[in-house]
Amino acid sequence: MPLSTPNDPGAPAGRTESYDLVVVGAGPAGLAGAVAAAERGLSVALLDGDAQLGGQFYRHPAPGLGAAAPEALHHGWAAFDALRRRWEGSGGVHLPQHHVWTVAGERAATPGAGADGASWVVHAVTGPDGDDERSVAVRGRAVLLATGAAERHLPFPGWTLPGVIGAGGAQAMLKSGLVLPGGRVVVAGSGPLLLAVASSMVTAGARVPALVEASGYLGYARRPDVLATGPGKLVEAAGLVTRLLGRGARPYPRHAVVRAHGTERVEAVTVARLDGDWRPVPGTERRVPCDAVAVGHGLVPRIDLATALGCETRRTVDGAVALVVDPAQRTSVPGLWSAGETAGVGGALLAMTEGELAGTAVAARLRGVSVARPSARTRSLLRTRARLRAFADLMAAAHRPGDGWPAWLDDDTEVCRCEEVTAGRIGEAVEDLGAGDARTVKLLTRAGMGWCQGRVCGPAVACLATRGGRGAEQRPLPASPERRSPAVPVRLSTLAALDPDPGED
Amino acid sequence: MPTRHPTAASDVIVVGAGMIGAACAYYASRAGLSVTVLDRGPVAGGTTGAGEGNLLVSDKEPGPELDLALLSHRLWLELAPALRAEAEFEPKGGLVVASDETRLDALRRFAKAQGDAGVVTVEIPGDRLHDLEPRLAEGLAGAFHYPQDAQVQPALAASHLLRAAGARLRLGEEVTALLTGPDGAVRGVRTANGSRLHAPRVVNAAGTWGGAFARLAGTELPVLPRRGFVLVTEPLPRLVRHKVYAADYVADVASDSAALQTSAVVEGTPAGPVLIGATRERVGFDRTPSTEALRRLALGAARLFPVLAGVRVMRAYAGFRPYLPDHLPAIGPDPRVPGLLHACGHEGAGIGLAPATGLLVSRFLTGTAPGLDIRPFRPERFSPELLGETA
Ligand SMILES: Cc1cc2nc3c(=O)[nH]c(=O)nc-3n(C[C@H](O)[C@H](O)[C@H](O)COP(=O)(O)OP(=O)(O)OC[C@H]3O[C@@H](n4cnc5c(N)ncnc54)[C@H](O)[C@@H]3O)c2cc1C
Ligand SMILES: Cc1cc2nc3c(=O)[nH]c(=O)nc-3n(C[C@H](O)[C@H](O)[C@H](O)COP(=O)(O)OP(=O)(O)OC[C@H]3O[C@@H](n4cnc5c(N)ncnc54)[C@H](O)[C@@H]3O)c2cc1C
Repeated sequence: MPLSTPNDPGAPAGRTESYDLVVVGAGPAGLAGAVAAAERGLSVALLDGDAQLGGQFYRHPAPGLGAAAPEALHHGWAAFDALRRRWEGSGGVHLPQHHVWTVAGERAATPGAGADGASWVVHAVTGPDGDDERSVAVRGRAVLLATGAAERHLPFPGWTLPGVIGAGGAQAMLKSGLVLPGGRVVVAGSGPLLLAVASSMVTAGARVPALVEASGYLGYARRPDVLATGPGKLVEAAGLVTRLLGRGARPYPRHAVVRAHGTERVEAVTVARLDGDWRPVPGTERRVPCDAVAVGHGLVPRIDLATALGCETRRTVDGAVALVVDPAQRTSVPGLWSAGETAGVGGALLAMTEGELAGTAVAARLRGVSVARPSARTRSLLRTRARLRAFADLMAAAHRPGDGWPAWLDDDTEVCRCEEVTAGRIGEAVEDLGAGDARTVKLLTRAGMGWCQGRVCGPAVACLATRGGRGAEQRPLPASPERRSPAVPVRLSTLAALDPDPGED
Repeated sequence: MPTRHPTAASDVIVVGAGMIGAACAYYASRAGLSVTVLDRGPVAGGTTGAGEGNLLVSDKEPGPELDLALLSHRLWLELAPALRAEAEFEPKGGLVVASDETRLDALRRFAKAQGDAGVVTVEIPGDRLHDLEPRLAEGLAGAFHYPQDAQVQPALAASHLLRAAGARLRLGEEVTALLTGPDGAVRGVRTANGSRLHAPRVVNAAGTWGGAFARLAGTELPVLPRRGFVLVTEPLPRLVRHKVYAADYVADVASDSAALQTSAVVEGTPAGPVLIGATRERVGFDRTPSTEALRRLALGAARLFPVLAGVRVMRAYAGFRPYLPDHLPAIGPDPRVPGLLHACGHEGAGIGLAPATGLLVSRFLTGTAPGLDIRPFRPERFSPELLGETA
């Protein structure tokens, strides 16, 4: 039985309202998982820091902003709408603007403990920025972590100038506020996202004087045989390219923006050709005037909540760290499931597929149903997942940052913006002081200790940390995923007001 | 420069590139010995990178640990000023506050005994507390100021000491065996990649893993992990000037209980964030977040500094202090394995006690008089049958 009415913002979850399943993240994966579980009779709470359902892909205009036809900006709208309607009819509880800062395991002996004897308390702070007084804890017999991914940034000289923004950020700005970052937008970096971003920019009326892709992606995007194995939306890539070219966007495959110029804000970029390792080829630089640069190098899974609990991780083909999950989307920690980008970046369709698999598996598990013979639907989902994962790996391999990218840094390029740590200082920590991983670089330079806690510079610092330096012949060191806790900032007063644990006295 | 020669010999091999290993390498080098330091991870990748950098005399009762702390205090001040600066050394002083008269009385007795042992203590009456700490809570009974308490950033301290030592550094290399000769004496170590490194002396500076290393070396040292959590706030203007903690803390440190004990030590850092630490629990190597530990730290800190209540915590991290049953480190030669020395088990004070430990180890290595009663630190003290032979 669902425990309370769905989508009623006036119905606060009590401090420890209990649910069968607590889903963290209401993107395609979390939403699909919540729907699958709720439709199978589980009570489900769906928490997200955002005000609205949909996550990254469906980040849509807030009601009232007067966007007449958001679907012009994104094609997945129909699928999302269907999922959202099913959710609304499912009896699940949506807790928007709930930023989860930790998931705590309860003692196995707790009465009413859930799957695998575990029971979880999911702690969240509330409000648009998590700054409201009210904090909330919900208890779940199972937890599905569907926290998605964050953009990977690789620094270059000038990247801190106003007007240089993340590609995903530019897209999100456009999707949610319908604002263009500038009239002439250079779109740069690597990954399939760039095409979508460039296309959105053009559709919204911007000029894209350069679409700069570090890999040879634009080449294979024109190969329908490769793309045919991919998800529908990416098949559209070829079409996107054609459309972009028609609108005057100039593609630069195997190139990178190696410098942004400007005083008050960005006025131009230097684009250079890259060799196979992503090292700029001398003499190939050219200057491209622009008002804004949207730059990103793909996505990295957002797995802080999971790694804090000790979930096993793996290195993905493109060098990111993702959660290890089994065919039922279970993590290595009993009672914890994960779906979507957290298990490896692969697009919205894969996220929805995994979400449904997870929701179905949790329902079977909590209701004690044997899954020895998966249903036809589950078998079909498993096939879809296998196909999409294989495709995602192909893409990831194509867009893996080349080892030579740090060649486009100067010693005084800021790598960590919060703490103003330069590439030179990181180099020193590695060469002279014996730092061999991102954590030690952080301790020795403060890179990643500031406001964003390394969420922006982390992947770049990790790259720089594991190159060269003293004792280099013994590298690579074992990958130690950072345990970043809490996942979002929490006020001291919120911590002080937590329920005391009677067992600890 | 790391050497590529697989059988390169040095006078000493130090196992562990934490604060203790760094200090051992530093003082051994200064005594003229050639040193190789090995670690399976990066520099400061163990407990040194997971704790705080309080150099405290204030929390130690008169006895062997206080003697080590006072010696360390002198040694910190003797280090080259540039090295101290690199380590972010700050002689900021500690302030131990008592909430009521009973606690203040106890603290007064404690401070008196410390004073007799050489600690500088200054009583601060309740109505003068805000001269030292303007943001401290109202209504506290009084406090003691300990000007000798200081602070460093542990990872910086360890890495810069190591650099100053000029030791050969081999990182990412786990020591898997002790090499001994036919007479049982140490000859060197073998590492996971098959390298054999030669030295007549090996120092066990493996911290919380010192017990495991001792076993691997064919001897015994009952080092156990004691978990601690630390909270880190968003960067703030200087709100907290000293290391401030409540008087109950002193009781926790010496406790034998395995349960969670908390007394928040609150301190500002040069970069802005306030550190709040640390809990003490014996739960093995479990890093999963404990909301109870966070609650108690937050509560303790907000009681001392109400201004912190609205401040955001950016991060909470856990580390594992290396502790021995009598809460004293093991420092010195192991009579069971000639050539093996131990320097581990410093529990919650390894950063502070590192220089004294390093100096003592270098004196053992060079056969110089230690200049301090070292019997309380003898590694074999947990094997009573051995004590008679070596006393
Ligand atoms: C600009 C852009 C364009 C894209 N274009 C395409 C495309 O054309 N085709 C395609 O297939 N894919 C595209 N993608 C990828 C697609 O968005 C993702 O594959 C999909 O959204 C992943 O779904 P998810 O549910 O795993 O994660 P997300 O959609 O990222 O959802 C995760 C949710 O978790 C929430 N969350 C995270 N941490 C917490 C926390 N601690 N507490 C509370 N909530 C939390 C977030 O607010 C978010 O809503 C694009 C992505 C971007 C950024
Ligand atoms: C939360 C917390 C707060 C603390 N606060 C303070 C404080 O304020 N002041 C203070 O003085 N102390 C404090 N401490 C204690 C202090 O951090 C430790 O006492 C100190 O770091 C121990 O240093 P170490 O060099 O012995 O151990 P470590 O730093 O753990 O170094 C041991 C090294 O040995 C390596 N190693 C182990 N086995 C092998 C092997 N077989 N081969 C190769 N390498 C190996 C490990 O990788 C590790 O790097 C705190 C501790 C914690 C957890």
